[in-house]
Amino acid sequence: MTRAHILAPTVQPFADGAVVPEVLLSTRPLAWAMTQMKRSLNPMRAALRTLFAPMLVALLGLTMAGIAPVSAQNAPPRIVIGPGVIEPMPIAIPTFIDEGGAGEYAREISRVVQSDLEGTGFFRTIGEEAYISRITGFDAPVAFEDWKAINAQVLITGAVSVSGDRITVKFRAYDVFNGQVMEGAALQFAGTTQGWRRMAHKVADVVYSKITGEGGYFDSRVVFVSESGPKNARLKRLAVMDYDGANVAYLTDSASIVLAPRFSPTGDRILYTSYESGFPRITLLDVASLSRQSLDEQPGTMTFAPRFSPDGGTVVFSLERGGNTDIYALNLSSGGLSQLTNAPSIETAPSFSPDGSQIVFESDRTGSPQIYVMPASGGEGTRISGGAGRYGTPVWSPRGDLVAFTKQNEGRFHIGVMRTDGSEERLLTASFLDEGPTWAPNGRVLMFTRETSGAGGQAQLWSVDITGRNLKQIPTEGPASDPAWSPLLP
Amino acid sequence: MTLAVKSLLVIAALALAACNNPDRYGAGAGGPGGAGGPGGAGGIDTTGLGDPNNPTSIAYFNQRVGDRVLFAVDQSTISPEGRAVLTAQAQWLMTNAGYAAIIEGHADEQGTREYNLALGARRAAAVQNFLISQGVPANRLRTISYGKERPIEVCSTEECYMQNRRAVTVLSAGAGV
Repeated sequence: MTRAHILAPTVQPFADGAVVPEVLLSTRPLAWAMTQMKRSLNPMRAALRTLFAPMLVALLGLTMAGIAPVSAQNAPPRIVIGPGVIEPMPIAIPTFIDEGGAGEYAREISRVVQSDLEGTGFFRTIGEEAYISRITGFDAPVAFEDWKAINAQVLITGAVSVSGDRITVKFRAYDVFNGQVMEGAALQFAGTTQGWRRMAHKVADVVYSKITGEGGYFDSRVVFVSESGPKNARLKRLAVMDYDGANVAYLTDSASIVLAPRFSPTGDRILYTSYESGFPRITLLDVASLSRQSLDEQPGTMTFAPRFSPDGGTVVFSLERGGNTDIYALNLSSGGLSQLTNAPSIETAPSFSPDGSQIVFESDRTGSPQIYVMPASGGEGTRISGGAGRYGTPVWSPRGDLVAFTKQNEGRFHIGVMRTDGSEERLLTASFLDEGPTWAPNGRVLMFTRETSGAGGQAQLWSVDITGRNLKQIPTEGPASDPAWSPLLP
Repeated sequence: MTLAVKSLLVIAALALAACNNPDRYGAGAGGPGGAGGPGGAGGIDTTGLGDPNNPTSIAYFNQRVGDRVLFAVDQSTISPEGRAVLTAQAQWLMTNAGYAAIIEGHADEQGTREYNLALGARRAAAVQNFLISQGVPANRLRTISYGKERPIEVCSTEECYMQNRRAVTVLSAGAGV
């Protein structure tokens, strides 16, 4: 069985004197960026501000439409917000330079950087056939006029060298308009060739982060349930992949039903529900060794829907006894178990707030499933979902500002987000069956399960921005369900 | 009977139940699509169902007594038809004391995975409680929920959904008293 673990690449600033200490856009938090936008930005940046400000507005979710971005022909170099349509920013990513032994890695890494950035819907890469000048060497002077002429807003150059199983990737992202390297966007990554895709993801994360002011999310993994077999005898096994569907490794066989895996806050462990003992039991799996253990084996009970606390020390989950399901917390070091809810109704799908102080969960105490928030120590909770329909699987955003959920209404399923007090509910998707959202590490994108109807119905993984844009299927070898995003890798 | 003795009996029953892994859907029960190949490790031995004309056989229980009850959407209340089936199940179980039962609760595909697991458990418990109320010893009954993981009908209309919202009493031999 393939090990899912990849050694973390080392990261260092690429300080060869070519770094221009010029700020294009700050990487400070978004709140800061908004404040700055409300003020007047540096007049010298006025042109760029008009480019980037609409993008930031879009990122904040102020637009609400489900229309995918449309690439423009001969578009002017700016991003325009229409009704849900964002003009992708044209960028150029010439194939990275082979600085020794890189071979196909140079082309493949360039391709993954391009795929990451284009996949956000915010960028459009300019085809090589349009290039006026070539990048002949990583340190060769850049003819900015040639890149301006083809409307490239950003130019990403890179170089790859391989020695044995070691690979080094360095890159620069240029603000073409000003002919300068963007601050902090000249870095070098070193690691093993096995982890070459991670290098590409890290390059793309830096560029994405510099241009949007958001954290990156490309260098991350997703654990999910790989499915096969007919609907009435489905086989399920745990698998893990890069966020974009590549590098799949299987973590269990399909001898028993496995459900709803969740990563630990550091990505080294996975919680899931397994029928291996014959009964549903929350199970803890070590990603590196693939060793696994059942947690809380009380005869006559069933445990499921586990999730880690933000510090990784506590598991919150549902325990069913005598037909009644309540939420419990298990301290992983002491083994201490505490009951957080105590009601004859179903209480399930608990998820911690990122500061660990509160838990959002699902309860049908009013007769239909709704979403509630309670202190992490337990309690009755306060209902936050208020619209028509049934609500389930609430998940607190890693930023703390939103709760994503599954909603069922009038025979359709939706993935949606609301603020943590239940206000500003927005439905992002609609289909026969959408369920189980998971947050990208930056709180900008959700991945979920979409299942088609009928005897041949199958589950696939999909993702969507919290604005409702950029809905797309994640490529997997076969049917897949129950995705859970890892944190950004180190 | 003292509490300690009761506890021991429960443990004995559980130990016996553990011999037959109750997850008869696991790959151990015959692999993909084969719910119960003969001798499948840990699975239910389908060759042991017996003759449906023999009133002490599992086949008789499944076919003549009726091994399942159906539920309304989101409900775990036992219908009048369900009561009749369960009353007959209870009588059969009391007559045939050598059998234990796992009650499987299931849900249709409407609803989230987690909620349906809890709902299936509620349905299984409703059946268990009814059987106990009719005199079946609690230590011969266990419950499990499969949520929406194991539909018996695969279409996506109410015609199928109503068959999938079920609790099935699955017998296993050997739970001697």
